[in-house]
Amino acid sequence: MAPEDFVAEEAALLDAGRFDDWLSLFAPDGHYWVPLLGAQQADPVSHNSLAYEDRLLLQLRVERLKDPRAHSQHPRSICQHVLQRPVVERGDDEAVLLRTPFIYVEARGDEQLLLAGTCRHELVRRSSSWAIRLKRVDLLNPTRALPAVQLFI
Amino acid sequence: MEAGRIAALVQPDRVHRDLYLSEELFALEQERLFASAWTYVGHASEVPRPGDYRALEIAGQPLVMVRQPDGEVRVLYNRCAHKGTRLVSDESGNTGRFFRCPYHAWTYRLDGAPLAVPLKQGYENTALKACEAGRGMTPVARVACYRDFVFARLSDTGLEFADYFGEVLQAIDNMVDRSPQGRLVAEGGVLRNIIHCNWKMYLENINDTIHPPSTHESATRAADALWQGHAPEEPKPMAMEQILPFGASYDFFDRMGGRVFPNGHSLLGVNFSIHSGYARLPDYEEAMRQAHGAERAEAILQRSPQNSILFPSLAVKGSPQAIRVIRPLAVDRTLVEAWSFRAVGAPDLLFERSMSYNRLVFSPMSVVAHDDVHLFESIQKGLRARGNEWVSLHRDFDPAELAQETATTNGTNELLMRNQFRAWLKLMAPPAQAALS
Repeated sequence: MAPEDFVAEEAALLDAGRFDDWLSLFAPDGHYWVPLLGAQQADPVSHNSLAYEDRLLLQLRVERLKDPRAHSQHPRSICQHVLQRPVVERGDDEAVLLRTPFIYVEARGDEQLLLAGTCRHELVRRSSSWAIRLKRVDLLNPTRALPAVQLFI
Repeated sequence: MEAGRIAALVQPDRVHRDLYLSEELFALEQERLFASAWTYVGHASEVPRPGDYRALEIAGQPLVMVRQPDGEVRVLYNRCAHKGTRLVSDESGNTGRFFRCPYHAWTYRLDGAPLAVPLKQGYENTALKACEAGRGMTPVARVACYRDFVFARLSDTGLEFADYFGEVLQAIDNMVDRSPQGRLVAEGGVLRNIIHCNWKMYLENINDTIHPPSTHESATRAADALWQGHAPEEPKPMAMEQILPFGASYDFFDRMGGRVFPNGHSLLGVNFSIHSGYARLPDYEEAMRQAHGAERAEAILQRSPQNSILFPSLAVKGSPQAIRVIRPLAVDRTLVEAWSFRAVGAPDLLFERSMSYNRLVFSPMSVVAHDDVHLFESIQKGLRARGNEWVSLHRDFDPAELAQETATTNGTNELLMRNQFRAWLKLMAPPAQAALS
């Protein structure tokens, strides 16, 4: 699969609410990262993040969403990613880095939240496709006060 | 709204829903409670050099906290004396040796005193100097800096800082003294949440020990399932160490104990808390004994209160070094900020714990907070229901508590919340009455 198609497929799984399938896209050491300083942030250690999760924490998030007593999911959240064409910044057959500007909409009941930013995917080869080593989400305005963001940007 | 009508809304064991729903009461809170209370402004380490400032709003008032050339931290109204322009509009920065209004270039010293205006001859023989416009930027009535925690009282009347907070200041001591050098630095940024609920709902929940088993059931069940099969003594990843204790029993929360103080302040978890089980760090503990002496070091490290509340704006967790700042924006809208601290001279791991805890529990993306926030917002809607206008705070109510301003209780006693509302009522007194009391 072309890495650009992989990025589109990844967002489509989230939009379809197929979280187990989405999680399986991550490499065993994969991370999902939403830095608090957006594109300005150097690393996840010296400054805090809105989210910085390994597979264990991502799994926790996905399992919780299935629990009927996840109170904040009554009514359920749904989301829509609108992606610009992913651009390969560098890479080869084994590893590739892409950047994809996006608009993200998360809706729940009568409420709707709109976020914009740029995703950076670090992908590593897995047989005929790819696995996510890092999905970094650089929000346009990450320091603004936010309401709950319940799914995955 | 006259005092008698407000008093009728706070009964010894329940409060009226108007405290959460009434726009009129919210306006009065801004005018009275948030003026005569001491509210948290910020941490002095946010403004280390002269001219460093941070702009913020408390109770609808535009303020700026600014470091002076002599090292003092002052809090001024962020308003040009001329026409009202905010003198700084960035959230933080350095203003140099003076404030300069971008509109007509009026300048002020860092303490707000007027410095210069263009074409000053035009003001000769006018009343400018005799009125507010000639006096420069207005300082807030009172500022206190306690171990680098900066508080302000906006009103000319009210209790002095030490009398207002009293013994609860030990919560700040407990956090600051976790640094062998007795110094904290605000680092790692601030997580900012908008919650569509009244601020008091958020603040009372900080003392609610009965909600975790049901509210956080989905998060703790998922964490338990993922960690199943590991032996209890096996070292846990930091995230698990911090999330799993949310599944503690009612009995655990009851035994942790609580204490109330005058003016709405409290300590929850006077015996132990969900933060007591974090992995120990022998080298750090030795450094603490060297710095503070064995007895004091032991007292600091053995006490990890769940939450300490400095009513009405600050909640402190001594370990992990983290605070929440509660800023009411509207009757049904509250800003909650979570700040992390580095304890100077302590291992990086403590700072990582602080950031990790805030990220896992107080981020807008937190799986723990999602259920809290949903329920606070749900209460804001549900309280409109006819047939029951009251919010129950009956658990373990004892009429004898009305005569005790400081008391130690079981951890699930709703006294910690009742105490907040008793302080609320006192601070809602009209200014003249407050001055006399």
